[in-house]
Amino acid sequence: MTAAVFFGCAFIAFGPALALYVFTIATEPLRIIFLIAGAFFWLVSLLISSLVWFMARVIIDNKDGPTQKYLLIFGAFVSVYIQEMFRFAYYKLLKKASEGLKSINPVSGLGFGIMSGVFSFVNTLSDSLGPGTVGIHGDSPQFFLYSAFMTLVIILLHVFWGIVFFDGCEKKKWGILLIVLLTHLLVSAQTFISSYYGINLASAFIILVLMGTWAFLAAGGSCRSLKLCLLCQDKNFLLYNQRSR
Amino acid sequence: MLTFMASDSEEEVCDERTSLMSAESPTPRSCQEGRQGPEDGENTAQWRSQENEEDGEEDPDRYVCSGVPGRPPGLEEELTLKYGAKHVIMLFVPVTLCMIVVVATIKSVRFYTEKNGQLIYTPFTEDTPSVGQRLLNSVLNTLIMISVIVVMTIFLVVLYKYRCYKARSHSVAQAGLKLLDSSDLPPWPPKVLGLHFIHGWLIMSSLMLLFLFTYIYLGEVLKTYNVAMDYPTLLLTVWNFGAVGMVCIHWKGPLVLQQAYLIMISALMALVFIKYLPEWSAWVILGAISVYDLVAVLCPKGPLRMLVETAQERNEPIFPALIYSSAMVWTVGMAKLDPSSQGALQLPYDPEMEEDSYDSFGEPSYPEVFEPPLTGYPGEELEEEEERGVKLGLGDFIFYSVLVGKAAATGSGDWNTTLACFVAILIGLCLTLLLLAVFKKALPALPISITFGLIFYFSTDNLVRPFMDTLASHQLYI
Repeated sequence: MTAAVFFGCAFIAFGPALALYVFTIATEPLRIIFLIAGAFFWLVSLLISSLVWFMARVIIDNKDGPTQKYLLIFGAFVSVYIQEMFRFAYYKLLKKASEGLKSINPVSGLGFGIMSGVFSFVNTLSDSLGPGTVGIHGDSPQFFLYSAFMTLVIILLHVFWGIVFFDGCEKKKWGILLIVLLTHLLVSAQTFISSYYGINLASAFIILVLMGTWAFLAAGGSCRSLKLCLLCQDKNFLLYNQRSR
Repeated sequence: MLTFMASDSEEEVCDERTSLMSAESPTPRSCQEGRQGPEDGENTAQWRSQENEEDGEEDPDRYVCSGVPGRPPGLEEELTLKYGAKHVIMLFVPVTLCMIVVVATIKSVRFYTEKNGQLIYTPFTEDTPSVGQRLLNSVLNTLIMISVIVVMTIFLVVLYKYRCYKARSHSVAQAGLKLLDSSDLPPWPPKVLGLHFIHGWLIMSSLMLLFLFTYIYLGEVLKTYNVAMDYPTLLLTVWNFGAVGMVCIHWKGPLVLQQAYLIMISALMALVFIKYLPEWSAWVILGAISVYDLVAVLCPKGPLRMLVETAQERNEPIFPALIYSSAMVWTVGMAKLDPSSQGALQLPYDPEMEEDSYDSFGEPSYPEVFEPPLTGYPGEELEEEEERGVKLGLGDFIFYSVLVGKAAATGSGDWNTTLACFVAILIGLCLTLLLLAVFKKALPALPISITFGLIFYFSTDNLVRPFMDTLASHQLYI
């Protein structure tokens, strides 16, 4: 475990989020504030879910064994549910604060995503700087890589969930909210159902791609606009960029 | 153990600094048509210039409404929202930088987490056998510290106000006012001694911070990374650093450099507090100082409020050594750029956010500072909005950094606690600025942020950390 692992995993996990931040958020002070507010909301949701888990543990009387594991799973599910509830609260706040909601869509999910990714990965990262051998007790030696990729997936998923969620709220299609909740639960559940890194990651990435496509379509994209963008022929986009400079 | 005589001034001066204020700034008339006042609280304050009382007609229209009366109200609101957001970010950045410096130091340099004695203000030890005794000792420590701070604050306010009893006519422009004032004072009445006392105190404390504490800090960092530095180089480095710092902070200098120095001395002071305050006392002191800040700034007879009101009556700018100002430099088109870059600090301030308005008397630069912006007005309408800065007291920086640093030092190697406190403090600052925009008067910057910070520290350390650790050990992602 060296600086190489540290930087590699850090950039794998946080690179796209950083890029999103630099290109879409860093230029607008208002978006930065919304980002921090999103992070704060996620933090509060985590706090409440930890409280619930802690109280459940105290009530069920601290024993080791399968009870603890079930309690943990219960805690995780409750946490996912509370996160989505807070995403809804965040939507309400943003709606009240700003008229141009569509324009700040990436921010909403990104705040949640960054905080979530950071909280799950940063301690692992700081451990990777120190000495040690990974997997010496028979665990997989790809632990850091797997964690980094999983964190990346979670961050991007939060971004896409944010977009889709807000879109659903705007159009008042509550089914969409339910689907977001279910996919979140699915991603969370399959991390403990299967202990094989490969399957976990593969399914998480599949869900990521699906959600990404959905978010892209919900944000108003289409095959045509994608083609125009990639070929740098999108006049609106180019003009917009020039104007904003 | 170091003697903290001079830092005594620093500490209570720290608490002079612990509030965030805006002047009474009535909404300018021409903007009132377009909106109905603060609607959802996200509108910004109308940063007003000092000249409003004198030249009432030109500033409100130009500064705040960006000079175009015909805009639709929605666009106005959007602009002021963005404008306010920019001010919030202008404070986020230095606060974040200060915290980063403190956390980086705490995590890498062992010196600041070792227990090497305590300040004379916290005489009771926390190495007691029972929990109750420890709690009692920390509360006693807090009481002593806070009473020292209160006494010093009142002393300073008295000194400051005492000078005010020299009557003068207020309808003159400030520049003329300054000259009149400093030349009018005969050499040795007690009033002048009072002024010199304040001034000398501030200079002594910044001297100590910039030279002694920097020397210690540099020594510890070099020790940690096992880098050797010979004494001549050290002398040269510290001397240059300190001298430039003194010049930048107390006199004139590039704005960015001044901001950087203020951030550094806040970080150094915070590190001193983190090192020398015992565990529980530190937390109780943080809580008590936010309560004190709330009381001192908001109560009608509070010392800080009296200080602010006195300074506002006298229309005096704040002593720049104790306030972080994020005013941006005047944009192109100004004839004299240099003095006006300092002018941007004092001119549009009408203390929007200040707490200690120590008079910086006798500054010969004032006349030139006030002139160029005035002549520059007609051509600079649309740029005026960019000129307003926000000011935050250094004490706020210090206590925010103390909170985050303590979280980093005692959070059992956990980064989650530190990050949670960081986000909590930033949100508290954001909310405080929001309230400032709504109420438009002096507000304490500590209470909301410190409350959030404390709540998040204790809950993250005790509730979230076990949860996240258990999740991580089972490779569960939520």
